[in-house]
Amino acid sequence: MVAARLLRPAARLLRPSPSIRPTATFQRVSAPTASRWRTYASENGPKEMTVRDALNEALAEEMEVNPKVFILGEEVAQYNGAYKVTKGLLDRFGEKRVIDSPITESGFAGLCVGAALAGLHPVCEFMTFNFAMQAIDQVINSAAKTHYMSGGIQPCNITFRGPNGFAAGVAAQHSQDYSAWYGSIPGLKVVAPYSSEDAKGLLKAAIRDPNPVCVLENELLYGLSFPMSEAAQKDDFVLPFGKAKIERPGKDLTIVTLSRNVGLCLVAADALKSKYGVEAEVINLRSIKPLDIEAIVNSVKKTGLMMAVESGFPMFGVGAELIALTVEYAFDYLDAPPVRVTGAEVPTPYAQKLEEMSFPTPELITEYAAKLLKV
Amino acid sequence: MASRRVVQALRGALATPPLRLSAARSRVCFQCQQRWSSVSQRQGSDRVNFPGAVNSSFTTDLNFQRATEADAMPTYRYLDQEGQVIDKARGEPDVTDDELLGYYKTMVTVSILDLIMFDAQRQGKVSFYMVSQGEEGIGVGSSSALRNDDPLFLQYREHGVFFQRGTTLDDFIAQCFSTKDDTGRGRSMPVHYGSKKHHVHTISSCLATQLPQASGAAYARKIENARNPNKDEHRVVACYFGEGAASEGDFHAALNIAATRSCPVVFICRNNGYAISTSTLEQYKGDGIASRGVGYGVDTIRVDGNDILAVREVTKAARALALSDGGRPVLIEAMSYRVSHHSTSDDSFAYRAKVEVEDWKRRDNPITRLRKYMENKGIWDEEKEKQLRSDARKQVLDAYRKAEKEKWPPLANMLEDVYAEVTEEQKEQLVMVKEMVEKYPEEYDLDIYEGGLDALKSTVEAQR
Repeated sequence: MVAARLLRPAARLLRPSPSIRPTATFQRVSAPTASRWRTYASENGPKEMTVRDALNEALAEEMEVNPKVFILGEEVAQYNGAYKVTKGLLDRFGEKRVIDSPITESGFAGLCVGAALAGLHPVCEFMTFNFAMQAIDQVINSAAKTHYMSGGIQPCNITFRGPNGFAAGVAAQHSQDYSAWYGSIPGLKVVAPYSSEDAKGLLKAAIRDPNPVCVLENELLYGLSFPMSEAAQKDDFVLPFGKAKIERPGKDLTIVTLSRNVGLCLVAADALKSKYGVEAEVINLRSIKPLDIEAIVNSVKKTGLMMAVESGFPMFGVGAELIALTVEYAFDYLDAPPVRVTGAEVPTPYAQKLEEMSFPTPELITEYAAKLLKV
Repeated sequence: MASRRVVQALRGALATPPLRLSAARSRVCFQCQQRWSSVSQRQGSDRVNFPGAVNSSFTTDLNFQRATEADAMPTYRYLDQEGQVIDKARGEPDVTDDELLGYYKTMVTVSILDLIMFDAQRQGKVSFYMVSQGEEGIGVGSSSALRNDDPLFLQYREHGVFFQRGTTLDDFIAQCFSTKDDTGRGRSMPVHYGSKKHHVHTISSCLATQLPQASGAAYARKIENARNPNKDEHRVVACYFGEGAASEGDFHAALNIAATRSCPVVFICRNNGYAISTSTLEQYKGDGIASRGVGYGVDTIRVDGNDILAVREVTKAARALALSDGGRPVLIEAMSYRVSHHSTSDDSFAYRAKVEVEDWKRRDNPITRLRKYMENKGIWDEEKEKQLRSDARKQVLDAYRKAEKEKWPPLANMLEDVYAEVTEEQKEQLVMVKEMVEKYPEEYDLDIYEGGLDALKSTVEAQR
């Protein structure tokens, strides 16, 4: 507890200071559906883009400007990526910079770490973060710690990326969320994009950041389209780490969430509005480490109620951390004990009906929010 | 990994059209093309033409291949145990007398340093130490054949490499004592040394993680070499590890990737007979580590690790080979015997007889062998030996006493380098530390840290 206090000085958050966070513009993002495909509305202004294309664009732009950037992983080159995120990159940048690896996560993660220690800026694609468990020693014990343990002489500019979290119909070993695992490691930065803007801005920032960064994408988001603002379409668009985004402003309840759950929470917030006439504020964390606790505290000051929604297992998870931080820094503003909605305490089952019950759904979120709001 | 095939199959069915076939047809990898033609087996051919095996002949004898002692890979040596050149026809090695004396001094200094630091741990001066007794020849011999700016990835029993690269006793002992002069800023266990100046990556305690990293660093060198027309500046990566580490999955991944990506890396295995208490008899069944290199398509050689001249010659050839054809991995298995305990946390007499150790120490070790060779050559004698040993002992003790009195790294170091930049939270924590130590001066003695309270104050001020 003492350590936690030392690590997060509450005083800073409660002190009246000009917010360093840019004012969130209200951007209506209803829960996207698979039927919304990429369209070009006009030459200028926002356009629609899938998360997959946004990631692809981010990779291509960073490879274009920085010859030290290369991507390595299983099936990333000739096959264009297991999820087609690296589509076209082999043709554009050649086989020296888009490299198919033998099937050995610990091996190619180690190779990427070595290349980073030697001064390149590798992007290490895991086909999914489930398979990255084989390589977690390289990620944590080597990538995250070497800069500190070497006395600052060996930076490790590396990006680990790939789909993370809940996926459909792939059962226990292919369907789990590692946000809390990587989020607990000093030396690592961890981001979890939701929309196409998030995906592009955070991945570009990750590649540019001198530290090792885990970009936890979500497989079910890849095919979804989101509007890309004019600024986000430019090749210098990056999003800062440690800054959450208010996806939907509200005054009655703060919902803090990340990755795919943001979409679920936005649907739930709409339901809360139409059923009960309450306005829920939905905060998209974007970055897990560093974490924008300031945004949460400011929101709770306004709403008095807090709910964390995530799809990891319930114990020792992101939800637990969010609630602990809220209680540490905003206890006096809370009107009721905070609530978390998480994945179920069970290895993800394969049977569809059981699987549905293992993860947060808009109905479940709405139900828990209603209980918290006493409506 | 059948499961991921399932995932992929699902993926293909759900989200995206199966591009694999068309992609494969339009862009066939040139390496694959060299390996096998896309045309199937010719009729009547006596040789295999499957994608996974080319040029293997067909047979009707049902025989399982078995490694036997009869066909174990030979061990290259230059000197015999008496320090005599075995193949007289080959003449004298390509080493000057000064270089020979230099190698000898380095090996003797390392062995004396080991004895003193081992005792220092027993006296409670340092928490941990690892000695390299019996393997000085591998470290000194191999690194003498590398360029001084070839990046190195070490395990933890290669002290000879550091001193051959020019690390001083002061540098090395400062690291063990975590003083202000430790370039690692007091963050790693003793012996886990790293040096930017000497191109040595900081040693990692996790076994075998350095192997795939070395392949990756070699890939970076490969790209750099390709851009540099001056061949004299081309560099390789050398990676050291023990035969126990070669049982880790990382070893296999590293060799396979280095081979498939043609990385200029020299893997140097110190096969010293023991992985802590596990003898090689229980570590593997096959023909040592060398046989595995062949299996991965890596050029491999086995060498007598107690023969420093052989190790040097083999490494020199391996380096040249690694740079040929745009880069390729090479594996050296250097045989030796771990005379020392594994570390200060180990008492090896619980699992091996003392007489066995004494026998190796006396009968065959790299220091005596080079000494005999130099005596045969007439450039070394008992007098010089005594002088060297007493000088080396004095130098080590001087450095030791100096480090003992040295201050610890500045207190503000504690929070730096977790990330490339000091975070806002860390800056605030440092302010709190400063307020705390200022408030309770009796509880916190800051004089033991370099710069004391003033250094802390000025760091806080600078970060503001």
